[in-house]
Amino acid sequence: MADIQTKIRTKTQGDMTDVLVLIDHPMETGQRPDPKDKDKKVPAHYIQKLNFSLNGKEIASTDLGPAVSKDPLIGIKLKGVKPGDKIKVTWSDNQGQSGNGEATAG
Amino acid sequence: MTSILRAQATHFCLANEIIQIPEDPVTHLPRRLFLKNTLATAVLVGVGSAGLFRPGWALAAEWPKDAFAAKQLDEAIRAVFGPGAPSPSTAVKLRVPTQAENSAQVQIQVLAEMPNVEAIAVFVEKNPSPLVAHASFSGAEGYFSARMKMGQTSDVVAVVKAGGKLYSAKQNVKVTVGGCGG
Repeated sequence: MADIQTKIRTKTQGDMTDVLVLIDHPMETGQRPDPKDKDKKVPAHYIQKLNFSLNGKEIASTDLGPAVSKDPLIGIKLKGVKPGDKIKVTWSDNQGQSGNGEATAG
Repeated sequence: MTSILRAQATHFCLANEIIQIPEDPVTHLPRRLFLKNTLATAVLVGVGSAGLFRPGWALAAEWPKDAFAAKQLDEAIRAVFGPGAPSPSTAVKLRVPTQAENSAQVQIQVLAEMPNVEAIAVFVEKNPSPLVAHASFSGAEGYFSARMKMGQTSDVVAVVKAGGKLYSAKQNVKVTVGGCGG
């Protein structure tokens, strides 16, 4: 589980930049029955915080709940991003795991 | 938050490996006790300062547990934005399918066309816990997109906070069980 991938894609059109983040994460709600043992439930495991920064400055902070789909794909928009600007995301989940990813605007 | 967790983890390891307790040369306290107390204080200070200097959970590093635990839509909106009902606005563009064939992956896009957007939150009224996600902005535009799970046919509500006021948009999404689009 240690190598959960965080992918970032940016697309600039005019002065608006779309930032899309894809994280390979199970996003278990804690309500699904365990397929091996019907009396138990698969423990909750979902991303809680996802923060975006541009050149080291925080630009957006999101709180996610278990209702966000498996392998979350989260998008935000930015204005006035210049080529070469660094967009970084960091996330952490309810089991204490975390990860980050970085992309350079093209 | 991470540092607190790490501190607790270290603390736990220390407690497990006590065999001999050497005395600390500076304090003359048993070293492990000294470490333990230092760590406990560090944790307390961490928690205290987080509470003191960052009022309002939207700014805080902590995840808003109460808002995500709320079972009713009104309760969840209040837990996120405080008192005050949002007024419906056409400037909040909510893009969701009218019919979702896969209830585990419902694409949602919220675009707030007003200035000074501070936060966007997405709710599904009939989910066990309505709050799906909340985004607060400090530089990014008023836009948020994600994919979400829906338990059953329900209204999807987007609430936008802009210039201290609350605006909302709502759309019904029909969930078809079995995914045949009927």
